[in-house]
Amino acid sequence: MKAPRITDTTLRDGSHAMRHQYTLEHAKNIVAALDKAGVPVLEVTHGDGLGGSSIQYGFSLTNEMDIIETAAQTATQAKIAALLLPGIGTRKELQEAVARGIKVVRIATHCTEADVSEQHFGMAKKMGLETVGFLMMSHMRPPEFLVEQAKLMESYGADCVYVVDSAGAMLPHQAADRVKALKDALSVEVGFHAHNNLGLAIGNTLAAVQAGADQVDGTLRGLGAGAGNAATELIAAVLDKMDLNPGVDVFGLMDAAEFVLAPMMPFQPIPDRDSIAIGYAGVYSTFLLHAKRLGAEHHIDPRDILVELGRRQAVAGQEDWILDVTLDMAREKNGA
Amino acid sequence: MTPNSQTGTDTVKVAILGSGNIGSDLMFKLLKQPGHMELALLAGIDPASDGLTRARDLGIATSAEGIKAVLADPDLKIVFDATSAYAHVRHAKALREAGRIAIDLTPAARGPYVVPPANLNTHLDEVNVNLITCGGQATIPLAYAVSRVTPVDYAEMVSTVSSVSAGPGTRQNIDEFTFTTARGLEVIGGAKKGKAIIILNPADPPIMMRNTVYVMPEANDIDEQAIIDSVNRMVADVQEYVPGYRLKNGPLFEQRSTAQGPRTIVSMLLEVTGAGDWLPPYAGNLDIMTASARRVGEVFAQKLLAEATPTEVTA
Repeated sequence: MKAPRITDTTLRDGSHAMRHQYTLEHAKNIVAALDKAGVPVLEVTHGDGLGGSSIQYGFSLTNEMDIIETAAQTATQAKIAALLLPGIGTRKELQEAVARGIKVVRIATHCTEADVSEQHFGMAKKMGLETVGFLMMSHMRPPEFLVEQAKLMESYGADCVYVVDSAGAMLPHQAADRVKALKDALSVEVGFHAHNNLGLAIGNTLAAVQAGADQVDGTLRGLGAGAGNAATELIAAVLDKMDLNPGVDVFGLMDAAEFVLAPMMPFQPIPDRDSIAIGYAGVYSTFLLHAKRLGAEHHIDPRDILVELGRRQAVAGQEDWILDVTLDMAREKNGA
Repeated sequence: MTPNSQTGTDTVKVAILGSGNIGSDLMFKLLKQPGHMELALLAGIDPASDGLTRARDLGIATSAEGIKAVLADPDLKIVFDATSAYAHVRHAKALREAGRIAIDLTPAARGPYVVPPANLNTHLDEVNVNLITCGGQATIPLAYAVSRVTPVDYAEMVSTVSSVSAGPGTRQNIDEFTFTTARGLEVIGGAKKGKAIIILNPADPPIMMRNTVYVMPEANDIDEQAIIDSVNRMVADVQEYVPGYRLKNGPLFEQRSTAQGPRTIVSMLLEVTGAGDWLPPYAGNLDIMTASARRVGEVFAQKLLAEATPTEVTA
């Protein structure tokens, strides 16, 4: 077993829990602490990727390009990464992010739609970026299916392909089977991104590492969509105990989580009632806060909304369906 | 112009360039509801294509010579281009020089954007008009319906289409969809700034095409009833040529927080069920494109007929 590279995405996945209200000051402090603790890659973008600032997903308080630039100027050793979801962000935003200092782009598609990313991988490689493919909602398809999609990304130029448990719905053996299948079939690296909706973020990350994952994701305090992610400081401590520390300062990361991030967090994501429902129903973790807000406004149990979204097979980015489901349920309830 | 042997009324001869799914669906629409058009040619570039075979079986003249065959017959006054943006750039020039009217279903946009109930009548003197994107045809009418009542700062659309109805052209050029649609929300939809998002959903059975339109008016205090009335009128106008067009939820008025403070947002959630002329009903995204093209062709045909026989029209 080898030590995996850790990518911290507090400034991207954490943006969901922050309702996209990060300031330049926040970014500077988070990047400085993670950079000092030796984390090699930091992802910085609106939660829904470049161009995600919108009515659909929530407007950013601070322009993400300014946050990227601040992050790039603050980091001394860490590379700054951006997330891009084709269909939301475009090569226009990618070009600007490169000009502002990103060195890595992570290109995410639903796990059945990898072929929409060809244009973006091609352009990213041309600009000399390190590229990572993200197969979102990977729990929805079996390992052999994911292999075909991962191979497409590899053929477009991905340097690594991630199994992404966007819904926090996987059990450890499912995470391991998927990572192993990709490891066996690809010649590029394989990564794993966890959510903690079923309380398995760290367990699934370890299962992925044991199955050969080359890269894993974390966020300080697990700050992220749904019940959050695997906590970076926790991944570091556990890997260190397994003699797999990839060169990060474990105590430094604990301090970053405790003294830099915790004071600015609006709440500590945990597998609470509605988050467990997300993992259980297998829906996109980001739906959590939208379902809570709309459920409260229309007097509907958010769990019912989330389960119905699962039944409709909603995929990443379909936040408008939360409104649609809520209004349908409200109408039914009022007997109109 | 040619007398129509079936109806006795005058018609204009039209051609379709492109024998793929879009060209085929348009062919079925023109056969079902020809109006003042007579489909006289379906031209592709592959003699063995299913589309050309299908057309021949239905008694439509076909050619595998593409644009050449269209240019060879001067009676083909209106040409629907359902090929690709790349090919249309060349076609647009040739058709313009030959004095034909081009209705462009590709994202090439050599001519002005048209959305029939919003701005078609202002572009009847053009020789090339562009139909933007499927999502644009579905959502721009609703942005326009709001902006004709109250000034609009920002309009955003989210289009969700079933994976099986998104062909390789869309998949390899997904950025072009967002650029073009966002521009259409500005130019025709009347928003100072537009944004477009497209999502492919692989659910089985396939989902109907869904679109959500969010509009942020300049003012927070707006006449909600006037907007509701305008939107309902617009939905009825679109339904005239896209029967499966339906406002499923909204208009909903809410306050949302933005970097500039709380703002009023108007949300409208649409569903488009295809007519099933050739493509299945879930492919509402393709249906709205061909239905809009037919509508635009019909209006141009009527205009050409009126110009050709002004005395008969006034008589």
